[in-house]
Amino acid sequence: MDELTLKDYLRETSIIQSRLVFAAVIGVALVAALVIRLFYLQVNQHQHYSTLSRDNRIRLVPIPPVRGQIYDRSGVILAKNIPVYTLEVIPDRVHDMDALLQEVGQLVEISERDLERFNETRHARPGFEAQTLKAGLTDDEVGRFAVNQHRFHGIELRARLQRYYPLGEELVHVVGYVGRISEADLRRIDRSAYRGTDYIGKLGIEDRYEDILLGKVGYEQVETNAHGRVVRTLARTSPVAGRNVHLNVDTKLQKVARESLGDYEGAVVAIEPDTGAILAFVSNPVYDPNPFVNGIDTKSYRLLRESESRPLLNRALNGRYAPGSTIKGLFALAALENQRNPNTSVYCPGWFSLKGSRHRYRCWKRAGHGWMNLHNAIVQSCDVYFYQLAHSLGIDKLHEFLSRFGFGRVTGIDLKGEPSGLVPSREWKRRVKGQPWYPGETVITGIGQGYTLVTPLQLSLVTATLANRGVRVGPRLVQSIEDPQGKVRTASQAEPQQMIEVGNPAYYDTVVAAMQDVVHGRRGTARRVGLDADYTFAGKTGTAQVVGIAQGARYDEEKIPERFRDHSLFIAFAPVEKPRIAIAVIAENGGSGSRTAAPIARRVMDYYLTGTAPPLEIEKGTITRLRDGRSDQT
Amino acid sequence: MADPIKRDEFWHLDPPLLAGLILLCGLSLLVLYSAGGEDSSVIMRQGLRIAVGFGVMAALAQVPPETLSRWSPHIFGVGVVLLALVLLVGIVGKGAQRWLDLGLFQFQPAEIMKLGVPMMVAWLLTRHTLPPSLRELAIALAVVAAPVLLVVLQPDLGTAVLIAVSGLIAIFLSGLRWRYIIGALSVLAAAGPLIWSLLHEYQQRRIVTLFDPWSDPLGAGYHTIQSIIAVGSGGVYGKGWLNGSQSQLEFIPERGTDFVFAVFAEEFGLIGAVLLIVLYIFVAGRGLYISFYARDTFSRLVAGSLALTFFFYLFVNIGMVSGILPVVGIPLPLISYGGTSMVTLMAGFGILMSIQTHKKFMPK
Repeated sequence: MDELTLKDYLRETSIIQSRLVFAAVIGVALVAALVIRLFYLQVNQHQHYSTLSRDNRIRLVPIPPVRGQIYDRSGVILAKNIPVYTLEVIPDRVHDMDALLQEVGQLVEISERDLERFNETRHARPGFEAQTLKAGLTDDEVGRFAVNQHRFHGIELRARLQRYYPLGEELVHVVGYVGRISEADLRRIDRSAYRGTDYIGKLGIEDRYEDILLGKVGYEQVETNAHGRVVRTLARTSPVAGRNVHLNVDTKLQKVARESLGDYEGAVVAIEPDTGAILAFVSNPVYDPNPFVNGIDTKSYRLLRESESRPLLNRALNGRYAPGSTIKGLFALAALENQRNPNTSVYCPGWFSLKGSRHRYRCWKRAGHGWMNLHNAIVQSCDVYFYQLAHSLGIDKLHEFLSRFGFGRVTGIDLKGEPSGLVPSREWKRRVKGQPWYPGETVITGIGQGYTLVTPLQLSLVTATLANRGVRVGPRLVQSIEDPQGKVRTASQAEPQQMIEVGNPAYYDTVVAAMQDVVHGRRGTARRVGLDADYTFAGKTGTAQVVGIAQGARYDEEKIPERFRDHSLFIAFAPVEKPRIAIAVIAENGGSGSRTAAPIARRVMDYYLTGTAPPLEIEKGTITRLRDGRSDQT
Repeated sequence: MADPIKRDEFWHLDPPLLAGLILLCGLSLLVLYSAGGEDSSVIMRQGLRIAVGFGVMAALAQVPPETLSRWSPHIFGVGVVLLALVLLVGIVGKGAQRWLDLGLFQFQPAEIMKLGVPMMVAWLLTRHTLPPSLRELAIALAVVAAPVLLVVLQPDLGTAVLIAVSGLIAIFLSGLRWRYIIGALSVLAAAGPLIWSLLHEYQQRRIVTLFDPWSDPLGAGYHTIQSIIAVGSGGVYGKGWLNGSQSQLEFIPERGTDFVFAVFAEEFGLIGAVLLIVLYIFVAGRGLYISFYARDTFSRLVAGSLALTFFFYLFVNIGMVSGILPVVGIPLPLISYGGTSMVTLMAGFGILMSIQTHKKFMPK
């Protein structure tokens, strides 16, 4: 390298600096050219380009994709698309909106609700997008409008596909429904994916599998005349239809389960223990999803929302109940794991009390069960045995044990909005109530009362875990997803199985044997429903004090007598040797588990395993109110 | 020296430049939210790229110019090898072969050359005193031509132009005699027809329609017409953010990338467009200032080349969108949606910052 002298350095500096100045001058000239050009376009020619922009003859028209359909496990269609005629308005093309609506209103009946909704979307969406004024025109209306169409600008009659649920109310708590895209939806979705689409999944499978059902929007480049009507199509990118979703749910079983619940408010969840496939997912009462598609009118919605029986609540998913005695099987496992001898008996005089306290915790059997070992305590659902057990194990162990089986945690089912339920602990009580844990609260936790809250889904899943002797599966509503040509079927992603250890796998057999005697044993609390079954089954009754469903239940003094009646619970699985179905039934205010919930479960299992269901025999109102909330049968 | 202040206390970052870059990147997110159909995931991805860009910039700002000078031949060498590899084993996308798959991510080696070529030219030319002799000039031109040819073969005309320009600017700044410049321009004019025949058909069509886009409004002229309509209909005040009908109705093609300025000008009008240009001029001007007062000749050449290339970038893009230059696929720097050019640009600004903040010592 040459030796660089100061003279060279100064010379080089001046060369480059002069070149930089030259470049800067050129740059300034070029920028001036740009600014002049922009000024020319945006000021001088603004009118011209404004007109061109407004009357842009070449438009890209979105073609909405066909939404995927939903089927049950045997191919029964649950959600499909039917053609309807809609009136669509492009607000930017309308000179006098009020006059237009007035005139169109004379040809086609436009309700208050239609107008309200139209005005809402009109202000939320850009004025150059077509917006639905009315969907579902009758043939007469279509005819009348078509004849007069030439009189109007900016309004068009279009054939569109609209969601329809052929089974109506039957599966509303599973399938859910689609509805018009709301302002709130617009804020969270990718708008470009919804061009030309008015509907979005709002609830249930429709909501959870929105991305799969939706499909991909297509485009058509069209040339239009001055009125915005399409003259010819220049280019087209076809939409891709959404994929079809196949459910594990068996519609027939679902119907049997709901009809078995009869007038009871409640839930039935049936699972295939091997796979976690949800066979039935019933919440009663139900409602028709079809009016929701185009927006239910305010009055009908208020009726649904304010109804005493709360049909909008998905009890199977969101209902939270005290598990009552159905939980005793799990605590028996806890006893075994903690080396309690199953043959050691506890004396049941009909009540239990803590040392140094005179408060008596009653057994449902006032006269007492006498000496009870673990097996008999489950079979006869002896409360005193489990009071004693819970007290000796302590709340920390109970909490840990229930948590291990998935209580207090979401199950991961493929639906949105699942609550976690509640498994109380010292820490929880300090945090939420600001109080220490009292020993008496441990005692009642032992029979599934107190703070513990479980959902019917959680309960059914724990039943499936017992049926599997400890193998926990992830619950799945969707069986498979199918591409629009109906060719490739991808199995729905199920959660990995997981073995829940309790020290010795044989402990599960001990508890299952006891649960079998609950229905088949001579003294079982549900022996009545076990009679003449063509298969063996194991179950556990439960009766839950009404603590109110936590989701904003209303306190209504006049209804207290009815509303305070106990909830009837039953869990079961069958056949015992190789379980094919696990089930949890909750009948609200149904009284004892053996009387109401157990026959419902039996009926559902009969139908699933033998193909026929016994005749209905449960009638609401025949069950007398029980005097003591806790001390009752089971 | 006009600006001999020690700047270590700000981690070798140049505050005026940094402020300009932050403003531009902020505008990028704003306009992409509109151009991308209000899709927040677009914003997330661009935000991530901006963050990576600033990281690379800050890292390069720490490297003293002497080290950069030493690295120059190595960076250039690696770049040439990678460009050759792209042609052999690269990934084909959109009809061109530009990417190398490095397992973790895909990578466009041509980007390296946007920095590697001016650095290499500056390194070569500063081995002897300026202005360069004819022999040095020939070597420097070869250094520019090799990567440009490799990129043209991919084919990626836009990037090739940018690489060529960055190298030629460095040569120009080094004091290339005017008679050579004029001579070269004359030869170029004469060779025009030959170059024309080498262009792809779509590029030829774009140049033809430049002069009369309305001759083919649905074909080659479509981009330009829709983009001009967007700009013109914006007027003085613009249609307002998220309200550009040309953009929102998707008349403007590639409105997140090459034509993003049309979206900007439609929604923010002449006022917005001029303010944006002022901001760009500020950033490019700061680069020229850094070059003007740089410590040594290598730094001066590299800084000047980077600043002027940046200016070239934005001039060509805005010129193309407003219909005074042909459509050549050059994005609007720092605003267009896309990762690789963002990171390279920020790396370039890192080098500028390093040059500005490592001036404690005078040269020998």
